[in-house]
Amino acid sequence: MKGLNVSKAVTALMLAGLVLLPLYSSLSGNIFILTLFTRIVILALAAASLNLIMGYGGMMSFGHAAYLGIGGYAVGILAQEGVGSGFVQFPVALAASALFALVIGALSLRTRGVYFIMITLAFAQMAYYVASGLARYGGDDGLTVYKRSDFSGLINLSDRVQFYYLCLAGLLGVIFLIWRVVNSRFGLVVQGLRSNEQRLQAIGFPAKRYQLVCFVIAGTMCGLAGALLANNTDFVSPAVMYWTRSGDLMVMVILGGMGTLFGPVMGAVVYLLLEEFLSQITEYWALIMGPLLLLIVLFGRGGIMGLLGRLNRG
Amino acid sequence: MLLVVEQFLNGLQFGLLLFLLAAGLTLVFGIMDLVNLAHGSLYMMGAYFAATFAAWTGSFVLGALMALGATLLLGIALEVTALRHLYGRDHLDHVLATFGLILFFNEAVRLIWGPAGLALPLPAWLTVPVPILPGIHYPAYRLAIIVVALLVALLLYLGVMRTRIGMLIRAGASNREMIGALGINIKLLYTLVFGLGAALAGLAGMMQAPILTVQIGMGENILILAFVIIVIGGIGSIRGAFLAAIFVGMIDTLGRAFLPNLLRQVLNGAAASTAAPALSSMLIYLLMAIVLVVRPEGLFPASRR
Repeated sequence: MKGLNVSKAVTALMLAGLVLLPLYSSLSGNIFILTLFTRIVILALAAASLNLIMGYGGMMSFGHAAYLGIGGYAVGILAQEGVGSGFVQFPVALAASALFALVIGALSLRTRGVYFIMITLAFAQMAYYVASGLARYGGDDGLTVYKRSDFSGLINLSDRVQFYYLCLAGLLGVIFLIWRVVNSRFGLVVQGLRSNEQRLQAIGFPAKRYQLVCFVIAGTMCGLAGALLANNTDFVSPAVMYWTRSGDLMVMVILGGMGTLFGPVMGAVVYLLLEEFLSQITEYWALIMGPLLLLIVLFGRGGIMGLLGRLNRG
Repeated sequence: MLLVVEQFLNGLQFGLLLFLLAAGLTLVFGIMDLVNLAHGSLYMMGAYFAATFAAWTGSFVLGALMALGATLLLGIALEVTALRHLYGRDHLDHVLATFGLILFFNEAVRLIWGPAGLALPLPAWLTVPVPILPGIHYPAYRLAIIVVALLVALLLYLGVMRTRIGMLIRAGASNREMIGALGINIKLLYTLVFGLGAALAGLAGMMQAPILTVQIGMGENILILAFVIIVIGGIGSIRGAFLAAIFVGMIDTLGRAFLPNLLRQVLNGAAASTAAPALSSMLIYLLMAIVLVVRPEGLFPASRR
């Protein structure tokens, strides 16, 4: 081992920070930071799931926020209808997301390149409009979740610290799963399809089927993020599915480093903290954020992970 | 009968408006291979410019003409400062960079014009209803939109297919290195095409402005529709964009107008009034899904290199 690996060190520091955050929060009495980071961890989970198809699979989905809404609405609608148990709500959220991913994936994967970007975007917009039309469940105004998912004494989601650790466990679990998937035979085929689809098809791999399964896995994971998000805000509205939310998720992935295990987490932390920081300086924070994104795209190849990697090589 | 004719014309008008937006998008994509999400922002800027200039000059037409020039210049400035550097990059880079531009434009508008929307009042001579068939009147302004948009579509077609510049544009789309090697200033050509696309988006925005209000984010919903159109029509094909735009405009408008009644005859009242709004806004996306299943490259794919 030649010196310290910078990106590994920074990742370890970040993870340690995330694990110890509730401790800092309770010592300093700063409750806000825990709320903020709960949101960050949930969106990092969503970004990590997007990274599975975007970074490893080469499928540029621009409609990933749809699953945030589907997972959220599964929790919200069930709660409204009197089913408060998390043991029902969460599986339903995951199943609904998986089903949606299966349908739109099967259709979208018939196309490639920029067509794929646009069709996933359009399907997410479709979900957005459907949610806006759900008059019974709040329509445009959204749906308040009066009671968080009930895990019958196992874990209390209304407790800030417990909920934070649940989200963090979800994030780490998903990253572990992604790590296992990516390094499995299945994952290697999916990554191979990213670099040369024709060649793999020629060897005899049913390309679309592999990609579809990967697409469904990522959608299901993001559905989990959606269910957690609805619990976090006690509210779900069509706005979580709006296409700019999908854009935010994409930015997090790119910013952190596509196709790296912890890149999206890094991206989510930096992006959302930057947003928070800029919005404290000025009301017009997007005026700075927008051009910043442009500069990141133009000059920041490989995102934060890429930058750290270059630092390492000197 | 009256309602049918009226909704039919509304659909045509909306479709033509969508065409103006989609034409710029598909031109820029077909020729520069650039995915421009900020196209909707140019649409918004067109509307804001028109509202401002019309208030300054007191004339709707003068304001619209000045706004057209302003969006053209804005488009050119945008291309020279930012988007030029994105040519040849990955499509994902385009998506992200132009996503950043949307944030920027929305915030800039909030800073300059404030968060409340603007109104662009019509001059009196455009508000009168015009008899189009015996006993059927239609608003003059919507009729004017149809005429202007058809005229622009015709000019665009003639410009691209029949003039020297148009020939260069088409040549640039099929082989940019070769046309550069033949001594054509390809950079300037690209800048012009982008400016043209921006002006078309601005035109669409300012024509829509008196019907809806001028507000932040107004370009975002309609941009998605424009994307649907170029996907259905085949990316890079102006003819495809035209046909698909009319098609989408019609389906969207007629669906919203007649679907609720249609559903009410099949389902009971409550179920129909719940399902109708959701279903009618889903209609075009369903259409797109069907088109993509049957023809993944769109209905009229442009012959690409």
